[in-house]
Amino acid sequence: MEPSRNTPSPPLIFEQGAPGRRAYAQAPAATAQWDDLPLHLRRAEPPCLPEVSELQVVRHYTRLSQRNFSIDTQFYPLGSCTMKYNPRACNTLAMLPGFLNRHPLAPAAGGQGFLACLHELQEILQAVTGMQAVSLTPMAGAQGELAGMAMIRAYHRARGDHARTEVLVPDAAHGTNPATAVMCGYTVREIPTDRSGDVDLAALKAALGPQTAAIMLTNPSTLGVFERRITEIAGLVHEAGGLLYYDGANLNAILGQVRPGDMGFDVVHMNLHKTFATPHGGGGPGSGAVGVGERLQPFLPIPYVLREGETYRWAERADCPETIGRLSAFMGNAGVLLRAYVYARLLGAEGMARVGAYATLSANYLLARLTALGYEPAYPGRRASHEFTLSLKELTTRTGITALDVAKRLLDHDFHAPTVYFPQLVPECLLIEPTETESKQDLDRFVAAMASIRDEAVQAPERLREAPHHLPVRRLDEVRAAREPDLRWQRPHATPTDNLA
Amino acid sequence: MSQIPADLKYVSTHEWLRSTADGSLEVGITDHAQDALGDLVFVELPEVGREVTAGEACAVVESVKAASDIYAPVAGRIVAVNPVLIDQPEQVNQDCYGSGWLFRLVPASSAELTALLDAQAYRDLLNQGA
Repeated sequence: MEPSRNTPSPPLIFEQGAPGRRAYAQAPAATAQWDDLPLHLRRAEPPCLPEVSELQVVRHYTRLSQRNFSIDTQFYPLGSCTMKYNPRACNTLAMLPGFLNRHPLAPAAGGQGFLACLHELQEILQAVTGMQAVSLTPMAGAQGELAGMAMIRAYHRARGDHARTEVLVPDAAHGTNPATAVMCGYTVREIPTDRSGDVDLAALKAALGPQTAAIMLTNPSTLGVFERRITEIAGLVHEAGGLLYYDGANLNAILGQVRPGDMGFDVVHMNLHKTFATPHGGGGPGSGAVGVGERLQPFLPIPYVLREGETYRWAERADCPETIGRLSAFMGNAGVLLRAYVYARLLGAEGMARVGAYATLSANYLLARLTALGYEPAYPGRRASHEFTLSLKELTTRTGITALDVAKRLLDHDFHAPTVYFPQLVPECLLIEPTETESKQDLDRFVAAMASIRDEAVQAPERLREAPHHLPVRRLDEVRAAREPDLRWQRPHATPTDNLA
Repeated sequence: MSQIPADLKYVSTHEWLRSTADGSLEVGITDHAQDALGDLVFVELPEVGREVTAGEACAVVESVKAASDIYAPVAGRIVAVNPVLIDQPEQVNQDCYGSGWLFRLVPASSAELTALLDAQAYRDLLNQGA
């Protein structure tokens, strides 16, 4: 039986209203005090807002939320995103009134408990990554990357080493890596991957020189395999005078098993929202905490928490004159950091090692079962890390069924689709990351769905090409959506004034 | 099997070149490249007058699957871009060797041109990768 969500879409909330209808519970508190706004900045007419009742609002958004695919409702093997369960305890504790009602500008003396938690989180992350110091201030992964590369730039500048203009990035890297290097004023040089999925060492050696500022690596890589010659790579880069940046996207695979600091990295960023289980995936608040070795410590972004005896305070520029500075008005996303802190304390050192072990076990179990069904690993013979890549190239050639068709059909089986067409190196790629929080029963259900899809690819390929069949909307025309985006609702029989509103 | 016209030159990063009457070189992406990318939804072209070095990223093509850099096959100065692609990126999919051309450049020297691949060499390259 296939579950069906194929109920008609509800009308837009704008289409459900009637003039003058109000939802008092959801309406903003009324105020008529606009006197301090200059006249020319005030709108002449009220905005075009939905006019609906409280029950209509509740029903509308509840029904929409029931159509979501989410961790709380579905297996979510979206490779590279670490969609693990977010323990409720983390949420409960982060919502304690003392945390929730704290003002970000309150004096440190009035928030010693909060600062103590963040200081302890800094120490836990230092221990987990093998780094000397941590700043929690980056607001998301991309900002953590930017902070990391800005520190590398500051380091070379402080030494008067202005010749280092190049950053090396493997061709398997997340697109954010070259983008970050360019944002920091560097030229990117791409390093190819060899046939077994490791960095091409000969190409790396040829690229290294006095112009090399750094190499940016993800280990395990985006291909879902561990870079086996990482210490040799670190030796070569350091010998050339460059530094090593660790993209923490795949930290979940090695949590409690091996540390970036021990591999020779100088700076790491961590996606706490992924590895440390805070809710993510909706574009909401994240945390891209950065950890550094001795060489980069003076350049850490502020503020971070300092402990002096039994009291805690924010480090400011006076404490670290070489800092790259602030990344935002305050100190990162406090709610995310608190949830990550509780998660780390719930696990302890032993639990963290189990995260890495079970994330890897889940991935290797799925890889073995799917390979037995006839799916082809992109790197046969390589053990998976916390995720793995399949190439559907052979299936596509034989049946015309693409990675996209398989991903769409999985939705009919009530699974969130894996990542498709990334990494680009792998043709017709599926990148599958089950995480450590899925049970064997759920993994087996996924295998059964993949088996049925494979049979269907041969016996009823047209059924696959038209999937999904059981969702509120069928196959979307992604090409047309991108070429002719229709992003704005227009009131029927719109008048020119309506358009302004 | 993808089309590889015999009268064009190629580079390993899947761009083609055609000599034009005014001495400039017309550049586009190969049939193999457009097929691998899928339907294009956006094309970013270089500024006319820009000097590029061989292998320098100077344009971007984006499909629903991926965004890819386009590299200058030889050093030179950009003298024209294909304005049609701004509104109709699908021209690259429909006619990659004709109306889907990307830009024209005047090569800095003729020396580099001898290192370009001919159709047979490019076909061999694709066969190796397959």
